Amino acid sequence: MNPETLETGSVVLEARRISKSFSGVQVLFSVNFELRAGEIHALMGENGAGKSTLVKILSGFEQPSSGEILLDGKPVTLPPNGAAEALGIVIIHQEFNLAEHLTVAESLFLGREVTRFGVLDRKYMRAETRRVLDLLGCRVDANALISSLSIAEKQMVEIAKAISRDARVVFMDEPTAVLSREETNFLFRQVRKLRDQGTSFVFVSHKLDEVIELTDRVTVLRDGQWVKTAPTAILDGESIAQLMVGREMSSLYPAKTEPDVDEEIVLRVDSLSTDYVKDASFEVRKGEILGFSGMIGSGRTELMEAVAGLRSRLSGEVTIRGEAVPSGDVHAANRRGLAYMTKDRKAKGLLLNSVMTANLTLQSLDQHTRLGYLDPTSEAAALGKARRRFDIRVRDGDVVARRMSGGNQQKLLLAKVMETEPEIIIIDEPTRGIDVGTKQQIYHFISALARDGRSIIVVSSEMPEVIGLCTRVAVMREGRIVGVLEGDEISEQEIMRYAAGLKRMAAA
Amino acid sequence: MSVNEESIQSTSHRRTWRDVDLRAVAPFAALALLLIVGAIVNPNFIGLNNLANVATRCAFIAIIAVGATFVISAGDLDLSVGSMVAFVASLMILFMNSGAIADPTLMLTAAVVFAVAAGAACGLANGLITTVGRIEPFIATLGTMGIYRGLTTWLSQGGAITLREPEIQELYRPAYFGSILGVPVPIAIILAVTAVAAFILYRTRYGRHVVAVGSNSDVARYSGIAVNRVRTIAFVIQGLCVAIAVLLYVPRLGSTSATTGILWELQAITAVVVGGTALKGGAGRVWGTICGAFILELVGNIMLLSNFISEYLIGAMQGAIIIIAMLVQRSLVRKS
Ligand SMILES: Nc1ncnc2c1ncn2[C@@H]1O[C@H](COP(=O)(O)OP(=O)(O)OP(=O)(O)O)[C@@H](O)[C@H]1O
Ligand SMILES: [Mg+2]
Repeated sequence: MNPETLETGSVVLEARRISKSFSGVQVLFSVNFELRAGEIHALMGENGAGKSTLVKILSGFEQPSSGEILLDGKPVTLPPNGAAEALGIVIIHQEFNLAEHLTVAESLFLGREVTRFGVLDRKYMRAETRRVLDLLGCRVDANALISSLSIAEKQMVEIAKAISRDARVVFMDEPTAVLSREETNFLFRQVRKLRDQGTSFVFVSHKLDEVIELTDRVTVLRDGQWVKTAPTAILDGESIAQLMVGREMSSLYPAKTEPDVDEEIVLRVDSLSTDYVKDASFEVRKGEILGFSGMIGSGRTELMEAVAGLRSRLSGEVTIRGEAVPSGDVHAANRRGLAYMTKDRKAKGLLLNSVMTANLTLQSLDQHTRLGYLDPTSEAAALGKARRRFDIRVRDGDVVARRMSGGNQQKLLLAKVMETEPEIIIIDEPTRGIDVGTKQQIYHFISALARDGRSIIVVSSEMPEVIGLCTRVAVMREGRIVGVLEGDEISEQEIMRYAAGLKRMAAA
Repeated sequence: MSVNEESIQSTSHRRTWRDVDLRAVAPFAALALLLIVGAIVNPNFIGLNNLANVATRCAFIAIIAVGATFVISAGDLDLSVGSMVAFVASLMILFMNSGAIADPTLMLTAAVVFAVAAGAACGLANGLITTVGRIEPFIATLGTMGIYRGLTTWLSQGGAITLREPEIQELYRPAYFGSILGVPVPIAIILAVTAVAAFILYRTRYGRHVVAVGSNSDVARYSGIAVNRVRTIAFVIQGLCVAIAVLLYVPRLGSTSATTGILWELQAITAVVVGGTALKGGAGRVWGTICGAFILELVGNIMLLSNFISEYLIGAMQGAIIIIAMLVQRSLVRKS
C-alpha cells in the first residue's frame, strides 16, 4: 500500500486512553490506538501485554474500565457478546470456541441462517460455505461436524466465518498460530483483497515475518502500555522485537550441538502404522534434537501420539533404550521416560478452570506426595520454580488457567510436561502463541536439555524453528516420512520440496 | 477438618473467591438461614436435642451422598444407590440369619466385613459397566438400579427380611442408638466418613485425578492419568459408602423389604448438588454435601414442627430445593 493512502485513509475505529482492570488488577494503562479504513494494522507485544484484552474491548467483548471508543469519529459504547457485528465489527478470537456438534456450514451461518419461504435454505448455505472455504484453500467438507476437525481446520472455519460477514473491521487474534505456511498464504491473499476493497484489519501475531509481510502499520504494547505506532515499512523484525521486549535481543537460536554418531539410540520406531500414518521409521539418539516438519495434516501428531502410547498402533514397534513399549499404553511410555506435549492446550493440555499449581503438578503428583498425602508447600515451591524457569507472567498467582493470556498458558503447559523430568521429550508446536523474547528462552532451554543428554523431538509448522534448532529434520507427507535431512541440507526450500511431494527419500 | 477444607480452598482459590468461593459458602449460608427460620417457627426446633435428632436421621443420605460426591466430581452419576442399600442390607441380614457362625460377636464381625465387600462389589460392577462397557453412567446405573432392586424383591419373596437372632440384635443395637463421648454414633460416623473423604479428595493424588477426569477427561488422559481406573474407583468408593450406610441402617430397623431405600438416589444427588458440587463434574465439595443432606432433613423437620405446611408436601419441597439450588449455582457462576 502506498504511503499516500496511509495518510488519507480516514480513521474508522479509535481507542482513546483505554484502561482495563480485572478484579482490581490493571492490565491496560491508558492505551491509544487508531485503525484507518483499508489498512492492516499489526498489534504486537509480549505474552500478557494486553493485546487480546484490547482487541476484546474494541469489539465489545469486554468493557473498558475507563476511556473512550470512537467509531467514525463518534463516541460509542459497543454492545457486548458479538452484537457489535451489526456495526460491522467482527473478531476471530485467540481462544475461539465453535459449537462442536454443528456442521461446518451450520457454524458459518450460525445466527444469520438463510431461509427460503420460511424454511432453512441448506443448499444455498452449503454452497456459500464451500465458496468461502475454497477462497481460503480449505478442503474441509461443509457437512463435516466441527468435532471431527483438527485445530487448524477449526481455525480456518473460524476465519471463514469472520471474513464472510462483509465486515468493516476484522480483528484477528493470532489466526495463524496453528496454520501452516500454505494455509497462511491463502488467508493473506484474502485479507489483502478485502483490504483493497476498504476493510480494515487488526492482526495480532507473534510471527514477525508475517507481520512484516502483511501489515501496513504496527502498534506495540508493553506491559499494558502503548509503546509505539509506526508504518511497517520503516521497521524490521529486530526493531519490532526490541520494542516489544524493551531490550536488545541476541540471536534467537542457540548454537547447534550435534550428538556423537555413536551416541546411544534411545528411541527407535520401526515401521509404525496407524489409520493414517503408514510405515514410519526413525530413531533418536541421546542428546539429539530431531525435527518433524510437514504440512498440517501430514500425520505428524498422529505418529507422535502413537509413539507416546496415546493412540494405539496397527503395526510396528517402538523401543525405548532397547525395551519394547506396548501399543496404546501411555504409562509404559511415561515410565520409560518419554513425555509428549500436546499442541492442543485448550482441549487436551490444561484444566482451564483450575489454578496454575493444580495444572503444573497434575502429571507429577508423585513428587509431591508425602506418606500418601499431597504437600502444598512442595507444590508451591514447584510452581515458583516453574514460573521463574519459563517466565510465566501473571499478575495474579491464583488465576485460573482460562484467564491467563494464551502465551502464558503455553508456557504453563510446557512447564507441566517438564515437571515429569522426561529423558525423551516430544514437543508438538513448542512455541504456539509465544512471544519472541520467550521463544528465545524456550529455544535455549531445549538446547540446554539436549546438551544435558536428553533427547527431544520438535514437531513444528514453523519452518525457521525447525531449521534453527534441529540437527536432523524428518519431513512427513500424507502419513509417510518422505525425507530426513541433515546438516547443510536443512533449508526451507529443501523441506518444502519434500513436504509438497516434489522429492522423496530414495530409500523410502 | 472443616477448617482444613477451608484452608485448602482458600490457599488455592484465594483471589478468585468471587467465582469459586461463593459457591462453597452458599450452602452454609442457606443452612444458617434455615436455622433462623426454624427458630422462628418453633422454639423447640433450635434445641440441641432436636438438631441432634435431625442429624442422626440424615445419616444414611449424608453418607451415601459423600460417595456420590466422588462419582459426580469424576463426571459420572450413580442412580443405583437406593436399590444397592436394599440389596446389601438384605444380603447382610440373610447372612446373619444363616447361622453359619455360632458366636454372635464373630458372626457380627463377619457380617460387617461381608456387607462392606458386597457394597464394594456392587460399586465395582457399576464402575466396570460404565468404563469397560462404555455405557453412559446414567443408563448403566439405571440398569443396575433395576437389577439390585429386583434381586432384593426376589430375596425377600415380596415380603420383608428380618434379623432373627436376638443376641446379635442386642449386640448390634448400639451401632445406631448408642453414642461415643456423648455424640450419637451416626453423627460420629458421618463426621469420620466425611473427614476421610475430604482428605482423599483434597489432599491425595487420587483426589486430584478425580477432579481432573471430571473437568476434562482428555486433559487427564494426556497427562498420563488412567481415566477408567479413576472413574471405577469412584464407583467403588460410592459402594463402600453405601455399605457404611447399611451398617447403620440394619441395627435401626433390623429388617428390609423391596421398598427399602426407594428414592434415596435422588436425595443423595440433591444433597450433592445443594452442597455446591457441579453436576457436570470437575469440582467436589464434601463438606458442602454433608451440609446439603442436613438441609434436606432440616426442611422436613421444620415442616413437621410448623403447622402451616402439610408434611405430606415434604417430597415436593425437596424437589423444589434441587431446582432452587441449581438456579442459585448458575447465577453465582454467571456473576463471575
Ligand atoms: N478475564 C480475565 N480475568 C483476569 N485477568 C485477565 C483476564 N483476561 C486477561 N487477564 C490478564 O490480563 C493480562 C493481559 O492478557 P491478554 O490476554 O490481553 O494478553 P496478550 O497480550 O493477548 O498475550 P498473549 O500473547 O499471550 O496472547 C494477563 O496478565 C492476563 O492474565
Ligand atoms: Mg492474546
